[in-house]
Amino acid sequence: MKSIPVSTTINGDPYEFLCAPDETLLDVLRNRLGLTGAKEGCGTGDCGACSVTLNGRLVCSCLVLGAEAGGAEITTIEGMADGDELHPLQRHFIDGAALQCGVCTPGILVAAKALLDKNPDPTDEELRYWLAGNLCRCTGYDKIIRAVQAAAAEMRGA
Amino acid sequence: MAFDEYQKREFKQVGKRVRRPDGVDKVTGRAMYGADATAPGMLWARILRSPHAHARIRSIDTSAAMALKGVRAVLTGADLPDQEDVFIRDVQNNCMAKDKVLYDGHAVAAVAAVDIATAKAALKLIKVDYEILPHVTDVDKAMAPGAPVVLDGRSLESVPAGMSANVTEHAEFGHGDLGAGFAKADMVLERSYKTPTAHQGYIEPHAALASVTSDGKAELWCCTQGQFYVRTLCAAIMGMEASQLRVTASEIGGGFGGKTTVFIEPVALALARKAGRPVKLVMNRDEVFRATGPTVHSSMDVKIGMTKDGRITAAEAKLRYSGGAFPSGTHSFGAQAAFAAYDLAAVRSYSWNVLTNRPKEAAYRAPGAPQAIYAVEATIDELCQHFGLDPLDVRLKNAARKGTKSSYGPTFPDIGLVATLEAAKAHPHYSAPLEPGQGRGISCGFWFNFGGNSCVSLNINTDGTVGVTEGNPDIGGSRASISLMAAEELGIDYDRVRTIVADTSSLGYNDVTDGSRVTFAVGLATIKAARDAVRVMCERAAKIWGIDADAVEWKDGAAVPAGPNAGKFPPMTLAEIAAVSFETGGPIAGHHEVNVDGAGVSFGVHIVDIEVDKETGATKVLRYTVFQDAGKAVHPSYVEGQMQGGAVQGIGWALNEEYIYGEDGRLQNPTFLDYRVPVASDLPMIDTVILEIPNPGHPYGVRGVGETGIVPPLAAITNAVCRSAGVRMHELPMSPPRVLKALSA
Amino acid sequence: MRYLAAKTAGEAAAALAAEPGLTRILAGGTDVLVQLKSGLVEPALIVDIKQIPGIAEIVAEDGGYRIGAAVPNAVLGEHAGVVAMWPGVVEGANLIGSTQVQGRCTMVGNLCNGSPAGDAVPGLIAANAVARIVGPNGQRDLPVADIPTGPGKTSLAKGEVITSVFLPARPARASDAYLRFIPRTEMDIAVASAAVSLELNADDTVKAARVVLGAVAPTVIVAEEAGRICVGSKLDEATLARMAAACEAVAKPIDDKRGTVAFRTKTAGTLAKRAALTAYTRAGGTK
Repeated sequence: MKSIPVSTTINGDPYEFLCAPDETLLDVLRNRLGLTGAKEGCGTGDCGACSVTLNGRLVCSCLVLGAEAGGAEITTIEGMADGDELHPLQRHFIDGAALQCGVCTPGILVAAKALLDKNPDPTDEELRYWLAGNLCRCTGYDKIIRAVQAAAAEMRGA
Repeated sequence: MAFDEYQKREFKQVGKRVRRPDGVDKVTGRAMYGADATAPGMLWARILRSPHAHARIRSIDTSAAMALKGVRAVLTGADLPDQEDVFIRDVQNNCMAKDKVLYDGHAVAAVAAVDIATAKAALKLIKVDYEILPHVTDVDKAMAPGAPVVLDGRSLESVPAGMSANVTEHAEFGHGDLGAGFAKADMVLERSYKTPTAHQGYIEPHAALASVTSDGKAELWCCTQGQFYVRTLCAAIMGMEASQLRVTASEIGGGFGGKTTVFIEPVALALARKAGRPVKLVMNRDEVFRATGPTVHSSMDVKIGMTKDGRITAAEAKLRYSGGAFPSGTHSFGAQAAFAAYDLAAVRSYSWNVLTNRPKEAAYRAPGAPQAIYAVEATIDELCQHFGLDPLDVRLKNAARKGTKSSYGPTFPDIGLVATLEAAKAHPHYSAPLEPGQGRGISCGFWFNFGGNSCVSLNINTDGTVGVTEGNPDIGGSRASISLMAAEELGIDYDRVRTIVADTSSLGYNDVTDGSRVTFAVGLATIKAARDAVRVMCERAAKIWGIDADAVEWKDGAAVPAGPNAGKFPPMTLAEIAAVSFETGGPIAGHHEVNVDGAGVSFGVHIVDIEVDKETGATKVLRYTVFQDAGKAVHPSYVEGQMQGGAVQGIGWALNEEYIYGEDGRLQNPTFLDYRVPVASDLPMIDTVILEIPNPGHPYGVRGVGETGIVPPLAAITNAVCRSAGVRMHELPMSPPRVLKALSA
Repeated sequence: MRYLAAKTAGEAAAALAAEPGLTRILAGGTDVLVQLKSGLVEPALIVDIKQIPGIAEIVAEDGGYRIGAAVPNAVLGEHAGVVAMWPGVVEGANLIGSTQVQGRCTMVGNLCNGSPAGDAVPGLIAANAVARIVGPNGQRDLPVADIPTGPGKTSLAKGEVITSVFLPARPARASDAYLRFIPRTEMDIAVASAAVSLELNADDTVKAARVVLGAVAPTVIVAEEAGRICVGSKLDEATLARMAAACEAVAKPIDDKRGTVAFRTKTAGTLAKRAALTAYTRAGGTK
C-alpha cells in the first residue's frame, strides 16, 4: 500500500503526515500525531468516543479516512481548553461529577460543544438525542445532561 | 476485625462534593488509558480467534505467518507451559486455547509485527486444522443428559451424582422447615425465569503494553481493576517471580467487574518475551464481546408461599447458572443473595454452575445477584397482585433488619433495608398519579460488599501537604474519596492531599477493585495510615515540647497538649511539624496494611414508571428513583453516580441487552449496534435518595455503594411492564418482539 | 488498496470500470469504513467522490430538488426547502445513525448499500425519486425504486456512480412521513419501517397514496394495495386497519437477531398506519 501525504489543520495548528490509504483519521490522530484524547471504543461509529469536528461538522474519526483530512480543519478534545483556561463544559463536567471512568468524556465534550455552538439553549430532549451516539456506561447520563445544561446556561449568560 | 469500628463524628471534609484530582486530565484528553501508551521499538500484536463454538485443535501451522516480513513473533498455546494448578491452567487456557477451543472467539494464536497491518496479514497465514465438535450454549440444554460435554472431569464433589458432566459446582443455603412453611401459606406460587448473558459494556476495550528484557525483568502497562492480581496471574503463567514483573494500571475506561482478570495481558507478555521487543495489544470491540468475561446466563425456579396479609411463610429458589466454558463460582453468590432482603422462617436456595460453549464469565456489578433477586422480586410482585397488596408494604412486612438471621447464614448487624423501604414509601414518586396505560414497579436489591487486602502509604511532605499512595485503580472517583478521608482524619483541607495509584513494585498487595470495596476497605486503611502518621506527628511535637508523647493529642489538624497537666503549648499544626521534621527525626509517614473485614451489606429499593406501547411492545422508562443505603456517603456526587449508573445498566439488561447465539454457536451481535446498551435518549433523569445508615465495621460508617444499584431494575421493570401492559414476562430481556408476542397471546 | 479522490464523475466511473478488483465508492464512508474495519471487505480501489464539483450541493430544479450524492444528511436536514416539500424523505434520512454519522452519511450511500432496512430508501421510493447515474457509457436516469435488487445488491453496472437523486415537485395539499421501529430510541437499524406519501383532494379525502415498507422483504417494497385502500378515504380507523392488513399481507420478512417474522409483519402495518396519519396532517388534512 502506497502511503498518502496529507496536509491538514488540527486545533488551529498545521500538521503534515503520511498515512496508508485505509488508515482512519482516528488512527492517524492517535498513532501518528500523539493526539490520544480521541478514543476507539468500537471502530464502527456506534459509541462516539472518537468524536472530533471536521470542517465544523461533528463526526466519528473512526469513520473518516486519514486521506480525507487533506485541507480540512479538524478540532479535537486537545483543542477545547484555551491554554490553562478550561472550557465551561470541561469545568462543569468536573464540578458536576459528570464523568466516572472518563473514557467517553472527550467524545461527549466535543459533541456537546458542537451542539451548543449551533443551539445555545437546547432542551434536555434535544440534548439527549444529540448525544445518543455517545455511549457512556458509567453515569446513566443524568449528570452529563445536567453538566451540559449548566455550562450552556453559563455560556448564555456570559 | 470486630464490628466496633464506627464512631459517630461531625465530618469536616467527608461528605463534600469536591473536584476529583484526575478531573482536568480526563476532560482535556490528557489522561493515559490502556491504549494510550507507547514504548520505544514497540511492536503491534493481533490475536487469531476461533470461528467455532467447540472444536479440537488438530494442528496449527504458523510457518507462513512467521515467514512474513515484519513479523517478529507468533504465539500459540503450545508456547505456554503446562500448568499444574487447575485454576491457573483455566486462566491460561482461556487466554490462549491449548487442545480445544471452547467458544466462538476463543484465542488460538497471536502475532507481533512491526505494524497492525502486518500483524493482521500474518493472522490470515496461520492455518488451524479444527475437528468441529458438537456444542451447547443454552444452560438448560447443557444440563440435560447427553448434552455435549464442554470439559470433562471438572465436577466437584458437591455435585449430586447422575448430573451432566457439565455441572461443575453446587451450593445450598437456608434454614427452617420449608414444608411446614408452605403449608401455612394462603397461596404458593411457582415460577420459572431465564436471563441472558449480558456484558459489562465498558467503553474502553482491553489494552496492554508489555516489555520483557533478556534478564527476565518485565513491565506491563494495562487497563485493569487490579494490577496486583494481574501480576499474580501473569507471573504464574509466565513462570516469573512477582518481584520481576512490575504491573502499572493505566487509567481505566470502565470495568464493572469485567477487568478483574486477564485476557490479553499474558499474551502480550509472552509475545514480548519471544520477540525481545515491547508489544502493544489492544482488543477490537468484537473481541471484547466474544472473548472477555460477560455475565452468567441463567435459568431459575422460584417457589414462594404467602399469607393473604402478605407474610412470606416459606421460599425456595433453584438457580442454574452457566458461567461459560470454565468452572465458575458465581452461582453461589446468587444462592446467597436471592432472599437476603427478607426475614424468613423457612428458606432454601440451591444453585448449580453449568459449563456451556460461551466465554468464561467474569464479575459484573454484584455478580450473580441481579438474576436471583429478579426471579424472587418478580414472584413476590405477582403474589402482591394476587392478594391486592401494596408491594412496598409487603416488603416492609417481611424485611430483614438488625438481628435477622439472613437466608445465607450470618445474623445482620445494623442494616438499612427498612429505612430504605420507608424512604421509598414516603417519597412523592411513590404516590404520584399515573396516566392510563402507565405502570409502576418496585424491587429491592442487595449486595454483600467486600473488604479485602489493602495497603496504604501516606507521606507528610515538608510543605505541609500530604501524598497518599494506594493500590486500586480509580474507576469512578476513588482518588477523591480516599483524599477526603485522609484529609478528614488529619484535620486538613482536601486540597492539601493528593492520592496516587501505585504500581505493583511500589506498595504491598491490594485486592482487585471489586465488591464495592475501595472506598470502604482502602478508605479504612487510609484512615489507619493517617492515624499512624498522626501518632508520629504527636511524638515529634512531644519531642519539641519536651513532654511525654502520651501527653500529646491530635485535634483539628494540630498537635495539642492533652489536658492541663501536659503543659501549656500552642497547637502545632501538621505543616509546622512537617517543616521541622528533618530536625526531629526525619521524614514523617504513616502506613497501614490489612485484610479488611467488616464490610457492610447494602440494600436498595427502586421505583420505576414505564409505559408500554401496546401496538409495538416498546417500553419507555418515564420516571426512575433509586433509594440506597450507602453508609456514610464520602463523596455524595459519586455515590449518586454509582446508583444512577447501576440503575441504567440494569435497565439495559431488563429491556434490550442480550448475547444472541446462532444455531452454529457463534455470537451474532458482537457490536454496540446490536448489543444495545441504553443511549441518552432512552432515559429520563435518574433521581437518587441516599440513606446513610452507618456500617458498624468502618470508622466513618462507610458501606460499599457500587454494586447494589444494578440489582433492582430487572424486577422493577418487569413488575412495571406487567402493571402497564397486563402481561407478566418471565424472561429477559423484555425486548419489543417478546412483549408484543406476550400481548398477542 | 488505492485511494482516488476523483475530480469528475467521469473520472470516477472510468477508474471504477478499469479496476479488476473489488471497488468501493466513498461518500460519507459510514458504511464503507465499517466494512473495512470488519475485514470482510478488502477493496483494491476506493474512489472518493466528494471532490467532484457540485456533488455536495442541493439545487432547485423543475419545482423539485436535486440532491447531490455527497450531501451529508445533516446538511439535507438544514435545507428549509427540502424539509418543507418532502419532510418524510428528510426525516428518514435524518434517522440514520448518530449525530456524528449524520455529519457524513448520505441518502445515496444508504441507497447503494442495498439494505432493505436503509432509513433513507422508503421515503425516496414513496416520493418517486429518480437517481442520476454516470457510468463508463454516459449518463442515465433511473427510478430509485429500481435500484435495490436484494440484500447488498443493486442494479448498478460496474463503473456506474449515482451522482444525485431528484425529488419531484409537489402539488399543494401533499406531504409524506416516515417511521421506523427500533428497540432503542436511537442508534439501531430499522426492524421494520414505513414511508407514506399522500396527496389530498379539496374535501380532505386522499387523492393518491404511496405506501412503502422497509425491512420486511429482501428489498424495500411498495405496498400497492395499501396505497389504493387509502384513496378516497379520510384515513378513518376502518380504512387504516385495512391498509395495515394490506401491508402485513405483502410483508415477507425473516427472523433474525433484530426481530421476528411476526413482529416485523405486525409492526410494518402499525407504522404504516401511524405514518399515514402524520402525512395526512402534514398535507393539511383534517378529519
